[in-house]
Amino acid sequence: MLDASEGYTTEDGRKIGGVVMEMKNITLRFGGVVAIKDISFDIREGEIRAIIGPNGAGKSSMLNVISGFYNPQEGQVFYKGDLRPPMKPYQVARQGIARTFQNIALFDGMSVLDNIMTGRIRQMEAGLFAQAIWKGKAEREEVENREAVEKIIDFLEIQHIRKTPVGRLPYGLKKRVELARALAAEPSILLLDEPMAGMNVEEKEDMSRFILDVNDEFGTTIALIEHDMGVVMDLSDRVVVMDYGKKIGDGTPDEVRSNQAVIDAYLGVAHD
Amino acid sequence: MPEQLLWGMEVFLNGLMAGVLYALVALGFVLIFKASGIFNFSQGVMALFAALTLVGIMEGQVPFSHLINAVFGTEIHHFGWHVPALAAILLTMVVMVLLAWLVNHFIFRHLVNQEPIILFMATIGLAYFLEGFGDIMWGADIKKLDVGLPQGINGTIDEVTYNLFGYGFFIDNLDLWATFIAILLVIGLVLFAQYSKHGRAMRAVADDHQAALSVGISLNFIWVMVWSLAGFVAIVAGIMWGTKSGVQFSLSLIALKALPVLMLGGFTSIPGAIVGGLIIGVGEKLFEFTFGGMMGGATENWFAYVLALIVLVFRPQGLFGEKIIERV
Repeated sequence: MLDASEGYTTEDGRKIGGVVMEMKNITLRFGGVVAIKDISFDIREGEIRAIIGPNGAGKSSMLNVISGFYNPQEGQVFYKGDLRPPMKPYQVARQGIARTFQNIALFDGMSVLDNIMTGRIRQMEAGLFAQAIWKGKAEREEVENREAVEKIIDFLEIQHIRKTPVGRLPYGLKKRVELARALAAEPSILLLDEPMAGMNVEEKEDMSRFILDVNDEFGTTIALIEHDMGVVMDLSDRVVVMDYGKKIGDGTPDEVRSNQAVIDAYLGVAHD
Repeated sequence: MPEQLLWGMEVFLNGLMAGVLYALVALGFVLIFKASGIFNFSQGVMALFAALTLVGIMEGQVPFSHLINAVFGTEIHHFGWHVPALAAILLTMVVMVLLAWLVNHFIFRHLVNQEPIILFMATIGLAYFLEGFGDIMWGADIKKLDVGLPQGINGTIDEVTYNLFGYGFFIDNLDLWATFIAILLVIGLVLFAQYSKHGRAMRAVADDHQAALSVGISLNFIWVMVWSLAGFVAIVAGIMWGTKSGVQFSLSLIALKALPVLMLGGFTSIPGAIVGGLIIGVGEKLFEFTFGGMMGGATENWFAYVLALIVLVFRPQGLFGEKIIERV
């Protein structure tokens, strides 16, 4: 049922694996409004997959379907070859799908370090009772996970703000902390909802570099939504284009760029 | 040393001890408010319910015996066994966790994203329900609670102070124990909240539901956990107050004494609840001692509220609360 066959090698020599997630005929409705209409696409292991489209195309809804915040009325989600039943968002997260939000959802009252530590919940197994007395396993876990978090902090160059409460940080740094928290989960798929929205040119360059580095260094599969076409074309291996809840294009950046339906959607041709 | 000063010191110390008990009740409020934004009016009744359950288990009382006797015409009251205090406390903890689960499952799970005032009303309902439920389950008579905590004047302190100042301080052993246990409880709670996975998850849920879900935190689990913690605090408060003045339904009114403590300390601060409790405990005892005579006594009934009112005028967020700044 699933073509999880051999992958391919990109121009810059990265190995892309088999299909890790497949969306099949997804339809999502809010009352009478159809947000996503019969969309299918897949995400391969190790690739950077972009979802683009004009405002209101249903990109964020799609990301919310993948991360379990919305359950589609029709269609199936296959994760690592298995059909995924309807799930709560926290269950999806525990399966190894981490995400960031368009409007940043961080724990403002907590320090940067604590924020990123919450991302490690999947890796920490000590029960409530063990923690209440904080002995043995719980203590060892805390130390191990703390080390992993410190590595991510180094990687994203946010050492200088480790102890700062997140609420006090500027926008660009908040975005980076949110990425760090998602990364801390060592996700098999990382979902980024407009990681560069509202950033200036310099911050955008930084963020692009981090996204590429994360993919390169850890081999993390990344699915992202982005408005900035230049950024998307530079970053991604394959692109899905959505318009009015429908898929109008799917392929490499070059294929998509020369697709007439995509050009029409972006330049604005009368819809019949 | 002048006698007046010595009396003042004794009153001060006793005030500190009374303050610890206020702080204990306030602590239960702060825990739930911090993690779920619910002002839990039923915290006092939870303490009462915990104390009733503890006595009931220790004495081997048959739950709902009045109801059973009325319906079936039987004459049962007790199983005829006595449960040791420690085992009874553990069983009461189990009951409080069960209560936490029921409260979340049947009430607050359905009220997610509702206005705070609606959640507050729900806790008022819960308070009245629990009070009635405790009554049906364990009976309305005043019960004696004795879990083996020492009571009465502390001989050592009396002797030492007598040798030092020529006047022996009266400090109740129970108050000393209450202080000691409260300190342990607070240290434990703070460590748990700051340095454990679930403590962090608790703070995360308090901060942002969506973000908490996205990192794999189950909101329902955290809410049950928080209500259970508040239940444990209620057990401790119930034991202390119950031992001091007997387990009776007026115990639920101590919740009202916690309100000024919270206004003073701030609704979101655990240290604030402690300091607020101590200030009010000491304040009302010293005020009664110095001015009580002039005003015809009984100032303890209103002093805490007046103090809270004054704090509200100058620092609406309390002494330790987070300052709320609205950006325009």
